[in-house]
Amino acid sequence: MTTTRRDLLTTALTAAAGATVTTKLASAEGADHDHDHDHHHDHDHQAVPSDPALRVKALESLLVAKGLVDRAAVDALIDTYEHKVGPRNGARVVARAWSDPAYKQRLLSNPDAALAELGYGGLQGEHMVVVENTAEVHNLVVCTLCSCYPWPVLGLPPVWYKSAPYRSRAVIDPRGVLSEFGLKIEENVEVRVWDSTAELRYLVLPERPAGSDGWSEEKLAALVSRDAMVGVAKIATPVQGDNA
Amino acid sequence: MNGVHDMGGMHGMGAIKEDKSEPVFHATWEGRAYGVTRAMGGWRLWNLDATRFQRELIAPVDYFQMSYYERWIAGLVELMLKNNLVTRTEIESGRPDEGAPVRTPTFTADKVAAFISKGVPARRDVPAAASFRVGQRVRARNVNPVGHTRLPRYVRGKVGTVDRDHGIFVFPDTNAHFLGEKPQHVYSVRFDARELWGEQASRRDSVYLDMWDDYLAPA
Repeated sequence: MTTTRRDLLTTALTAAAGATVTTKLASAEGADHDHDHDHHHDHDHQAVPSDPALRVKALESLLVAKGLVDRAAVDALIDTYEHKVGPRNGARVVARAWSDPAYKQRLLSNPDAALAELGYGGLQGEHMVVVENTAEVHNLVVCTLCSCYPWPVLGLPPVWYKSAPYRSRAVIDPRGVLSEFGLKIEENVEVRVWDSTAELRYLVLPERPAGSDGWSEEKLAALVSRDAMVGVAKIATPVQGDNA
Repeated sequence: MNGVHDMGGMHGMGAIKEDKSEPVFHATWEGRAYGVTRAMGGWRLWNLDATRFQRELIAPVDYFQMSYYERWIAGLVELMLKNNLVTRTEIESGRPDEGAPVRTPTFTADKVAAFISKGVPARRDVPAAASFRVGQRVRARNVNPVGHTRLPRYVRGKVGTVDRDHGIFVFPDTNAHFLGEKPQHVYSVRFDARELWGEQASRRDSVYLDMWDDYLAPA
């Protein structure tokens, strides 16, 4: 049953969308096959046998014609994750936790309520866990089985997070994975990997960098990267002169 | 099922490639694939676990050839066929069959914001006995179900310690197959990296998994 699916999708929907269109899959995300040869991932994917753009366009048209899908709802969903929900939300949470010890305690002990205080929650973040990085513990989040990720605070996951290399290696070789991100974890630091196997979603609370004393929450939030909130980066000490 | 989606601990997948300027969607079609899949979920004919299982059924050779949203679309088409929302001829032709009923979408644009802010909670406020307590040593069951499961192969048979009790959640192994929600406790269980991977792992490191009551036995 599964072997025919791709053929079905490939031939049928491409034909339906009109064979004259030859749009390349120029910058679509890489399939998992492309990692053992040396190239940048946003080339034309010759190995993809047909154009997903055509297939998806044909499928959406069919579903709209059948009254199954409201095109405006699709637009609104896309707009939400392109423009409204993303890692800036998580950065605001981290900055608040760094600035307000009572908030940090609430965030660690009752994350759903603490996130709701800032207006965050909902789809793929219904049940949150926040784990804190310290001088002794470094936390790293993965979903080995699919792509679970805390959407309300980080938005949709990047390709590397969903990719086979990260999913396969984060649990067996976390220190090697972190070194690929340029992060060397000292031997005396404990690495904790969180595999998101259930409906709990994980946010890493990074360490506040030295040299940021007295900074406003807004300024602190600007330091916080998505990667630090997944656990594949630390937040660098701001260079002298930033605190002007 | 012991599918290729269950990747934890596999070798040979290559280097991690991070794109520092990655957009949310790499092309228009990715956003449309995302949105159409979400919108079709609004008919409530399947659930999150069934959606995941459908993607797990993609043949391994195809799974690795497809990009992420191609898998979404492949899974969606199968779910729609199974639920008689579309026919194979419609998928092939790209237009409705003659005389096919035209419905009225229920998941409309005005419902998107509330749907996203409310989400689809999997926690259940029903009584269920906790078989394990925080601090207890537990062994992940060595089972190989052919259906959907969220118990990765790399942890089966291994011994860990219950770190916290997350409360009561829908059980994916039954829910994915429409056999009921079977709500039960989910625990965060800590496994020493060396228990999972042997001497090559750092003695300080650990992996935490969220595990349903049915996945565990006393150790």
